[in-house]
Amino acid sequence: MTGGDGPAGGDHRLHLLRQMLRIRRFEERTVELYSATAIRGFLHLDIGEEACAVGVTGALAPDDAVVATYREHGHALARGMTMRAVMAELEGKVEGVSRGRGGSMHLFDAATRFYGGYAIVGGGLPVAVGLALADKLQGLPRVTACFFGDGAVAEGEFHESMNLAALWDLPVLFVCENNLYAMGTALARAQSEPDLAVKAAAYRVPSWAVDGMDVLAVEEAATRAVEAVRRGGPHFLELRTYRFRAHSMYDPDRYREKSEIEAWKERDPIPALEAVLVADGALDDDTLARIEAEVAAEVDDAVAFAEAGTLEPVSDVGSHVTATPQADGGLP
Amino acid sequence: MTTTTYREAMRRALREALAGDERVFLMGEDVGAYGGCYAVSLGLLEEFGPDRVRDTPLSESAFVGAGIGAALAGMRPVVEIMTVNFSLLALDQIVNNAAALRYMSGGQFHVPLVIRMTTGAGRQLASQHSHSLEGWYAHVPGLRILAPATIGDAYGMLAPALDDPDPVLIFEHGALYGMKGDLPDDPDPVDLTSAAVRRTGDDLTIVTYGGTLGTALDAAERLAGEGIGAEVIDLRSLRPLDMPAVLASVGRTHRAVVVDEGWRSGSLSAEVSARITEDAFYDLDAPVARVCSAEVPMPYAKHLEDAVLPGADDVVTAARSLGA
Ligand SMILES: Cc1ncc(C[n+]2csc(CCOP(=O)(O)OP(=O)(O)O)c2C)c(N)n1
Ligand SMILES: [Mg+2]
Repeated sequence: MTGGDGPAGGDHRLHLLRQMLRIRRFEERTVELYSATAIRGFLHLDIGEEACAVGVTGALAPDDAVVATYREHGHALARGMTMRAVMAELEGKVEGVSRGRGGSMHLFDAATRFYGGYAIVGGGLPVAVGLALADKLQGLPRVTACFFGDGAVAEGEFHESMNLAALWDLPVLFVCENNLYAMGTALARAQSEPDLAVKAAAYRVPSWAVDGMDVLAVEEAATRAVEAVRRGGPHFLELRTYRFRAHSMYDPDRYREKSEIEAWKERDPIPALEAVLVADGALDDDTLARIEAEVAAEVDDAVAFAEAGTLEPVSDVGSHVTATPQADGGLP
Repeated sequence: MTTTTYREAMRRALREALAGDERVFLMGEDVGAYGGCYAVSLGLLEEFGPDRVRDTPLSESAFVGAGIGAALAGMRPVVEIMTVNFSLLALDQIVNNAAALRYMSGGQFHVPLVIRMTTGAGRQLASQHSHSLEGWYAHVPGLRILAPATIGDAYGMLAPALDDPDPVLIFEHGALYGMKGDLPDDPDPVDLTSAAVRRTGDDLTIVTYGGTLGTALDAAERLAGEGIGAEVIDLRSLRPLDMPAVLASVGRTHRAVVVDEGWRSGSLSAEVSARITEDAFYDLDAPVARVCSAEVPMPYAKHLEDAVLPGADDVVTAARSLGA
C-alpha cells in the first residue's frame, strides 16, 4: 500500500491518508451491507476516529503486538489484515480472519500479532499486560499497543492493569481513544476526573493527551511513546477524538446534540490531512482521485471476495474449543 | 386488556415500582439518558429524575456492590446489568456478598436487592454477548433466580421480587423484548415459587424456561400433529425449583425432555434431570432427555449459531427418541 502516492512520490503522509481512506470507505460499505443483512450482530464503526488507529499502528514495528476492542475494523486494516479477510469475517465466511466465528467484534490475526477485538469493556487491558510480561521475561524488545475507550477507564480492569504494568515496568502502550462517550454516557457523567491523562499519571505512567483528529500529531506522539516504552515501562496516550456515527447499528443516538456532531465533523481527520497536503503541494486533485479510485476498487474486491466466500461446515462447529475435542462438544 | 410487548411490560412494572415505593430506585449503565440498552427504561429518567433512575459508569462490580450496600441500609434498588456476560465482572459482589450476607452475619443483615439482566443468544452477537449463564447463578444458595418467559411474567415478577427480603436475579432473554401479547389491566400477582404449565399433554413433559419456552411450544405443536401430547412446563424460577410441579407432570406422562439454552455439562438441565431421576425414577418409561446448546463459545455466523442453539427440531427428535 505504501509508496508511489502522488507528486511527492514516497511522501509518508500520503500513506497515512490512504490508510484512513481505506478504513472510511470500507466502513461506509459495511453500513450498506448491514442494511442488506449481509452483516449482522453488533457493528461498531470507527468513522471519525481513523487517525487514532492509523497514527498509532504506523508507529509500531512488525513484531509488536496489538490488542483492541470491538470497534477495531480500523486497527485491523491499518495493522495489515487484508480488507478481503476482514470483510469475509463480517459476512461470517470461513475465509474471514476468525473463520466467521468472531464477526465484527472479534477480529484476530496471528500473522500481524493482532491479539484481538475484545468486547467486554476493559477486558483487553490485562491481556496486554500479560503479552508485555512475556516479552519482558523473554528479553524481547517488543511493545504491546493496547487500545480501549474512555468508558473502559471506569472499569476496575483499567486500574488493575495500569498498576501492574507500572509496578512491573512492562512495555505496554496504553492508548485511550477518548471519543467523549461510552454508548450514551458522556465522559463528564462517568468520571470524577475527566482529564484521563491526569488519572493515568496517578499510576506513575507517563501520560499525555493528543489531538486524535490529527493523524500526524498522533503518529508523532505514538512514535515517541513507542520508543520510550521499548526502552522500558508503560506509557499512556489519550487520543481526543469523536465518533461521527452512532455507537452501533442499534443505537438511535438520542444523547448527543446534532450541533456537537456537526462541529466535530468540521475536524474530520481525512479532509484535515488533505488540506495540509494540498497546501504543501504534496497532493493534487488527480492524485486524490486516483487514491480514492484505488481504495474503491479494493473495497469492491473485498466485498466480491466475501460474497464468494464459503460457510464453515456445521459439522466443524466444535473444533477449536480446545486443542483436542472434548467429549461434550456435540450439537444439540 | 392492553396489547403490549415484553419490553413495555417490564417498563410498566418498573414505573409502578418507582411510583409506589420511595425506596425503589433503578441503577445501571445507560438506564437513564440512553433509555436502557434494550430500551426497557425509556422515559423513566424524565419521569422520576436522575436520583431514582441513575446512570452509572462502566463499573459493574462497584455499582452492583453499591446496590448491595443500599439494600442493606434500607433502600430497594433495582440494578440493571446490560448482559449476563458483563455480570461476570460483578460475580464477586453477587456470590460472595449478596448471596452470603444474611448467612454469614448470623441473620443480622439481609440484602433486598433486585438485579435484572439480559441473557441468551440468537442475535449473532458471538462469544462475549450470547451466553446463558443463569444456571450458574442458580447454583448459589442465598439467591432467587427468575426467568420470565411471557409478557405476564415480565410484568408480574418485579413486584414480588422487590418484596423479597433477599437478593433476586431476573434474567430477561434478549430475543423476547419485542414479543407482543396481551396484558390484563389488573393482572393477578405472580407467585414466584411456582412453575407454570404452558400447555397440557399426557404423553411427555417438556421442561424449560425463558428463551426456549417458544421453542418448546413449537415442538409441542408439531408433536401434536404426530399424535404425541406434550405437556410444557415453564420453570419460571430456577432457584428454588418447583420440583413438585415437574414431578407431578412426569408422574402422569412418564417421559421428560429438558430444554435449556445453557451448556449441558454442570448445568441447570443437569439439575432438573438429576432431580427427576432421584425422585421419579420409577415413574419413568424412558431416560430423561436433554436438549441444550452445543458446548462451544457462541459463533458469530448465523448458520453456526442456529446449529449451536437448541431448536424445535432437536426437541421433536428427542421426544420421539423417548418412544412417546
Ligand atoms: C463490561 C461491559 N460492560 C458494558 C458493555 C456494553 N458496552 C459495549 S461498548 C460500551 C461503551 C464503551 O465505551 P468506550 O469504552 O468509551 O468505547 P467506545 O465505544 O466509545 O469506542 C458499552 C457500555 C460491555 N461490552 N462490557
Ligand atoms: Mg468512548
